[in-house]
Amino acid sequence: MSTTPLEINTPLDGATTSSRASGNPLSSTQITDYDHRQTVGKITVDNPKMTCRGVNVYYGAKQALKNVSLDIGANEVIAFIGPSGCGKSTFLRCLNRMNDTIPGCRVAGEIRLDQEDIYDRSLDVVQLRARVGMVFQKPNPFPKSIYENVAYGPRIHGMVQNKAELDALVIASLERAGLLKEVEKRLEEPGTGLSGGQQQRLCIARAIAVNPEVILMDEPCSALDPIATAKIEELIDELRENYTIVIVTHSMQQAARVSQRTAYFHLGDLIEIGETDQIFTNPRHKLTEDYITGRFG
Amino acid sequence: MNKPIAPAAPARDIKAIVNAGLAHRHAAERRFRLYGLVAISLGLAFVVLMFASIISKGYPAFWQTYIELPVAFDAAVIDPEGKRDPKVLENADYAALVRASLRSLFPQVEGRRDLRALYALASSSAPLQLRAAVLDNPTLIGSTQPVWVLASATVDTFVKGNIDRSLDETLRPIKDQDIAWVDKLRADDRLERRFNSILFNHGDSREPEQAGIRGALMGSFYTLLVTFLLSFPIGVATAVYLEEFAPKNRWTDLIEVNINNLAAVPSIVFGLLGLAVFINFFGLPRSAPLVGGLVLSLMTLPVIIIAGRAALTSVPPSIREAALGMGASKLQMVGHHVLPLAMPGMLTGSIIGMARALGESAPLLMIGMVAFIVDIPKGMFDPATVLPVQIYLWADLPERAFVERTSAAIMVLLAFMILMNGLAIILRKRFERRW
Amino acid sequence: MSFYLFLTLLLLSSGCYYLGRRRAFTVAGDHVRNLHSLPSYYGAYTALWCGLPALLVFAAWTALQPSIILELVTNALPPELRTLPPGRLDLVLNDIKNLVNGNIVSSAPDPAILAAADHYRNLQLIGNAALWIAVMSLAIAGAAHAWRAISPKLRARNRVEQVVNLFLVISSTIAIFTTVGIILSVLFESILFFGKVPISDFLLGLQWSPQTALRADQAGSSGAFGAVPLFAGTLLISGIAMLVAVPIGLMSALYLSEYATPKFRATAKPALEVLAGIPTVVYGFFAALTVAPLLRDIGTALGLQVASESALAAGLVMGIMIIPFVSSLSDDVINAVPQSMRDGSYALGATKSETIKRVLLPAALPGIVGSILLAVSRAIGETMIVVMAAGLSANLTANPLQAVTTVTVQIVTLLTGDQEFDSAKTLAAFALGMVLFVVTLILNIIALHVVRKYREQYE
Repeated sequence: MSTTPLEINTPLDGATTSSRASGNPLSSTQITDYDHRQTVGKITVDNPKMTCRGVNVYYGAKQALKNVSLDIGANEVIAFIGPSGCGKSTFLRCLNRMNDTIPGCRVAGEIRLDQEDIYDRSLDVVQLRARVGMVFQKPNPFPKSIYENVAYGPRIHGMVQNKAELDALVIASLERAGLLKEVEKRLEEPGTGLSGGQQQRLCIARAIAVNPEVILMDEPCSALDPIATAKIEELIDELRENYTIVIVTHSMQQAARVSQRTAYFHLGDLIEIGETDQIFTNPRHKLTEDYITGRFG
Repeated sequence: MNKPIAPAAPARDIKAIVNAGLAHRHAAERRFRLYGLVAISLGLAFVVLMFASIISKGYPAFWQTYIELPVAFDAAVIDPEGKRDPKVLENADYAALVRASLRSLFPQVEGRRDLRALYALASSSAPLQLRAAVLDNPTLIGSTQPVWVLASATVDTFVKGNIDRSLDETLRPIKDQDIAWVDKLRADDRLERRFNSILFNHGDSREPEQAGIRGALMGSFYTLLVTFLLSFPIGVATAVYLEEFAPKNRWTDLIEVNINNLAAVPSIVFGLLGLAVFINFFGLPRSAPLVGGLVLSLMTLPVIIIAGRAALTSVPPSIREAALGMGASKLQMVGHHVLPLAMPGMLTGSIIGMARALGESAPLLMIGMVAFIVDIPKGMFDPATVLPVQIYLWADLPERAFVERTSAAIMVLLAFMILMNGLAIILRKRFERRW
Repeated sequence: MSFYLFLTLLLLSSGCYYLGRRRAFTVAGDHVRNLHSLPSYYGAYTALWCGLPALLVFAAWTALQPSIILELVTNALPPELRTLPPGRLDLVLNDIKNLVNGNIVSSAPDPAILAAADHYRNLQLIGNAALWIAVMSLAIAGAAHAWRAISPKLRARNRVEQVVNLFLVISSTIAIFTTVGIILSVLFESILFFGKVPISDFLLGLQWSPQTALRADQAGSSGAFGAVPLFAGTLLISGIAMLVAVPIGLMSALYLSEYATPKFRATAKPALEVLAGIPTVVYGFFAALTVAPLLRDIGTALGLQVASESALAAGLVMGIMIIPFVSSLSDDVINAVPQSMRDGSYALGATKSETIKRVLLPAALPGIVGSILLAVSRAIGETMIVVMAAGLSANLTANPLQAVTTVTVQIVTLLTGDQEFDSAKTLAAFALGMVLFVVTLILNIIALHVVRKYREQYE
């Protein structure tokens, strides 16, 4: 890494406001006062998979993300937390350019995957998305058979030479998504017939069948019951060996359980980033503390 | 980790694999996109082509060629006894005056065949025109006046340049000597093109130059009047009943299924219904706008009901609750609040339904509205035809002049449809409300 | 005449509204609050009592009077006329009616007929006078009844609402009556037809020549009613139409919903829908006078024999007409596929066309099939284009360059012009109409069902 690790730990100019605000944590003045603040914590890592610098996102005239910079390390699980509308999902969608599909959305700044600028004209978004997969909030299996769902990615990218290879890849992906045992006997049944948790694991299997380098997960458990959630969390832990995982979550417990690092977003700003343990036990920023102690969110 | 992990997918360079297929995939993408664009362009091209073809064929019909004849209102022919008896004046041989006048213009023409060809230059309506002039002003008798009379359809077509002069004589409807006469008339300034008011003021005729769409327009008007008077109140009442009052049970389900199906029944089947029920069973008169209107209102009803229900559902329930909460009866709630709010939507739907009814012809063929009718209908019981059927009738006639008039009638029909649809759009824009 | 009676009744009724309202104020004394309903309901109550019964009698009278008078006139005819065979008698009665209406009669009228016409006219005058008296007295009696009934306790609003409710219910059953009317009218005549021509001959016969001879000894007097050539012709033309409409309509819908910018969509979509608003007779004209000659010229240039009323011309133009139908229905269906399906596919690195072909189309397939079925039913029932551009000769062929005829063309041909109602030729039209109705009904029911199921899936 040639860039000097940049650690920002200045006493915050909002210290006075935060003391004032502590009396009334829900007042709107407290929130607006934190605009254009620099991120607290160490944004860089030693072996970054993705580096993001100065990312701004606009929906039409409205700015959804303000000057966000952070690194995502190889084979780590990083969690994005924050109240609704804080921009965490927007940022996640920048990482594989899913924002391109939203009309009126504009992304400025720099995001690199293995040193390659993903917003560069020469880079093909098809290739990018093959390398950076995504799992959505609501399970969205295609209205096809379980087998076809998983085979979809390898097929379109021409990753297999023959049916036997494809079969093996589908089975392996289902296995790694921990779904194989449950669906082994009914691969030809429609994917939409599975339970919510199974559907979500099917979507994960579908994503890893392409063998991506990074997997983005947008609140993957928010539509699931606790048992299904536990299974997915276990799966995330296992997948870390081979993949870099970025997870957006509403649940702080989930972030604490599955991630190594955590980033806290607030109204489009990246407020604080650090080791997960540190964020949850010893947040350095007043807003982070307020959020994880449940003052708002 | 207590669970064995399946081996990772064979370590391959995804980047390379994906890149290998990219060129091919992007080509397929571009191709697909092109297909879409081609499809849309084809669709839009058809619209343009059709309008262009109809307008280019039809616009000449709005003009009509007239010939100036020096007519000697010969007292010996019109009123030999000199009593100015209207009955005598009415029955005089005005055609002889026209013939004499044409002969005076071309004195060198001789022989029965040639003379007959010469007389055919003027429309057969010319004597009627002279008669009307004399009855209007008997002092004309004895004088010689220049009179502009209608040219025959063949002359008109030729003057408009729709007959190729260089064609072999046997291949064109107008002969060399006719052309010579027309050229002479033109050189003498005796030809003139005027706005074709006959097209809008006359009923149908076998002679293209005297044929008009007034009768068909009035027929369409009476038919649509009946259609609107029947289908609008009934349609609105049905929509209100189904949306506001009807219990949800089998019977109302049946009504709903019925309405949806009726909306897709071929129009000609409604014609069969009209023939069997209204004409044969109830003995209503054939060819009457009343029966046409009855048939069309049955066809239009589903459209109005479906639009009406959509308009009613778009009124938020809170308004109903507010009215009922004030102690209004259900009917008052509907009549005072829901219906006025839904009315623009209902009217929009009805106008669109009426526009469709205006363009409908197949069921009207079944109930005899295809007769050749010269008189302009004066009421709902008079035999009549409607504009689209008039188009159908004229389209069958081979004369070029009728092709022209058919296209012109189509232009008038389309103008009315555009007007009605435009009105519906304005109404929707004007009263569109977001809750 | 009856129009003036109607107008008088209307005026009387609105007068009663005013009177009833005044009466309500009078009986209420000082306090309108004493009344059960608002005064205007008492007005409406009076108006309804005045107008409604009178109107019903009026309608029934008008419907019945002509046939009663005719019956009386027939009975009063001299015996030599009365005993004529039914066909001749009808002619005589027709002459009488024409005389009454002041129309010109074919031959110099018989004195007996003249007398009958006078009789008819007299009866008509008597009947009309009686109608006026009956309707007016009923209206006044009704109004008087309502006038007397008005008291503060009278629940006028409920009564009026009952009447309005009744009107709503009756209105809603008209759709049912229409369907029943259609079924009965085609069914009755078809049964009569199948009494003359066996149903198997009709549905399976390969010969269609409905011209029945006037005399039994005429050549070709049999009249063949094998409808297979018509069904084949209908299918051929509809098939050509679908070959045009489905690819163009579907691709347009896909382009508009997946590729086009909102601005392009906002202009192109309504422009395409213009095609749906054009009356079919205009398409027919276009097919017969522009497309068919064009195809014939192209055919001649290529050395092909193209009939001037080829199935191809009619089919092509019908296809154009159906494009907006397919495209707007498919557009709805495609837009009903949730965005999450597209996102799932894009997130895996699929291109737009791959997403459309492999995810959207399979997902939307039931809905698209439904809309295509609706379009087919539309094509089968389309009349004017084929009447104007397709032929009359019932050829059994699959060659689109030849002329074929269709079910709708034959219905129109058999039923236009003068015809006696119970000949096999006329009845055949109703049998064809029944086949048309049943086939389109089945297609519609299946299509509507499929589309509804499809929508429920994503709701």
